[in-house]
Amino acid sequence: MIEVKDVYFTYPNGVEALKGVSLTIDDGEFMAIMGQNGAGKTTLVKHLNGLLKPTKGDVMVDGVSTRDVSVAKLARTVGFVFQNPDHQLFCETVEDEVAFALRNFGFEESAIKKRVTWALNLLDVTKYRQTSPFMLSGGERKRVALASVLAWDPKVVILDEPTIGQDYQQKEKLRQFIVQLNAQKKTVIVVTHDVEFVAECNPRVVLMAEGKIVAEGGAEEILTNQKLVAQASIVPPQIAQIFLGLADLGLPTNVIDVHEARKVLLDLLEATS
Amino acid sequence: MSVFEGFRFRRVSSVIHRLDPRVKFFFVCVLFVMAVMFNELLPLILLFFIPLPFVLVAGVQREWIRSMRGALFLAIIIFLSNFVFRYFYTQYPKVPSMSLLEYSFAMTLRFMVLVESFSIFFLTTSPDHLGLALEQSRVPYEFCFAFTTAVRFVPVLAEEAQTIMDAQKARGLELERGNFLRRVRNYIPILIPLIVGAIRRSLELAEAMESRAWGASEKRTNLYVLRMRRADYSLAFGSVLMLIFAVYVRLSLSVPSLTMLLHV
Repeated sequence: MIEVKDVYFTYPNGVEALKGVSLTIDDGEFMAIMGQNGAGKTTLVKHLNGLLKPTKGDVMVDGVSTRDVSVAKLARTVGFVFQNPDHQLFCETVEDEVAFALRNFGFEESAIKKRVTWALNLLDVTKYRQTSPFMLSGGERKRVALASVLAWDPKVVILDEPTIGQDYQQKEKLRQFIVQLNAQKKTVIVVTHDVEFVAECNPRVVLMAEGKIVAEGGAEEILTNQKLVAQASIVPPQIAQIFLGLADLGLPTNVIDVHEARKVLLDLLEATS
Repeated sequence: MSVFEGFRFRRVSSVIHRLDPRVKFFFVCVLFVMAVMFNELLPLILLFFIPLPFVLVAGVQREWIRSMRGALFLAIIIFLSNFVFRYFYTQYPKVPSMSLLEYSFAMTLRFMVLVESFSIFFLTTSPDHLGLALEQSRVPYEFCFAFTTAVRFVPVLAEEAQTIMDAQKARGLELERGNFLRRVRNYIPILIPLIVGAIRRSLELAEAMESRAWGASEKRTNLYVLRMRRADYSLAFGSVLMLIFAVYVRLSLSVPSLTMLLHV
């Protein structure tokens, strides 16, 4: 469990990025942190694995304050996949890349081999095992970066903007993958702008604006609330927009899922015919 | 990274910021030459204080102090190496004398004067101005452009280095772990993405520039033209006077050392 207790954070250059954020993330939870650029999303998640320490307040990971343990130790429980894979890939082969963190954490060589194979399979990049990560396409690099974090099987996985630069098919794969991770009782935290992606995943949503959490709740509830959505400068998902427009037909306005939308509309058509 | 902080320009305006960059550069060079001319502590102390009013007038004390603090580590190394090597060279196995201490201090202070003056120059000169100054000193435009671009990308690179460090720390990299050699090796995972990124970016920049017809016209004109004003002339004049005075002192007077003064 991760508890964020009234955290304030000011960057060395004087920018106050977090202004009193409190949040509890239970084990096995699936959460999306949304908000416009500069709302403090990335700053907040960088606190969860101790990369940033709060200026005021506390962040507790499984009851231990992030002030008291090193990032390397916290990283064992909290895996963080950065937005841009180019910021972390440096090895000669994909295999070494995935093994890098495992060596840092002091796994046995035989265990490393097993885990690398497992992680490469999981993300469907086994065929690139001996390839240089720099030769891969953007989407593949992103998956290698993801594999390099999942390899040590952290309890919590943070994904910073996972959908950027991915085509629709990759996004769909990623969504299934995240749902699968979550089904394995992992805590998944996604930082994103992508409302459609969130609408399809239907996680708990935390909405941020100007360094504060402005709303928290189910995706259906938050993403269909026009006032909140406008406050965080995001656009409601397309399905929600249709249903908000059809509100005068007596339809529910809190629909974001395509399948649910289809069902509601078909019911309506059957009732009227 | 804190040394670079002292070289990062911030868009503010003051008398110092508005000075002609060519004159400012000349002034900095004069300080540089004078610092190299003297081995004695007293003139170097004086040289250390000359640029201080400029810092205050320009209002860049905070950044300036930060860069001084960043240079401190190197300064200590310079002090120690001077002290140790001089000791074994001249006085071993005697007790180190005052004059040795003074000499080592002087060498350290010389380094500080150099960092100080150049940091003032970069703190108060916008990259645009700098490029303009180069261009109007008839440096070929390709070089001017390369230079200003390099200067402009230093903060970007510093920021990227920070992100990369975070990303690798999140994968369990501990920079502070191990002996000296190990620590140096710990930086490989940071340097490789940084360098690859820089190369990739420079290629992208080149393509972007070519697609905007870079180098299409042989003779470039500028919207802004640097013109010398009265303040510029007085600074240039002052610098020349300082230089002449320093040469005179060097050639025809003997500069007393602090130890000698204290003993008399």
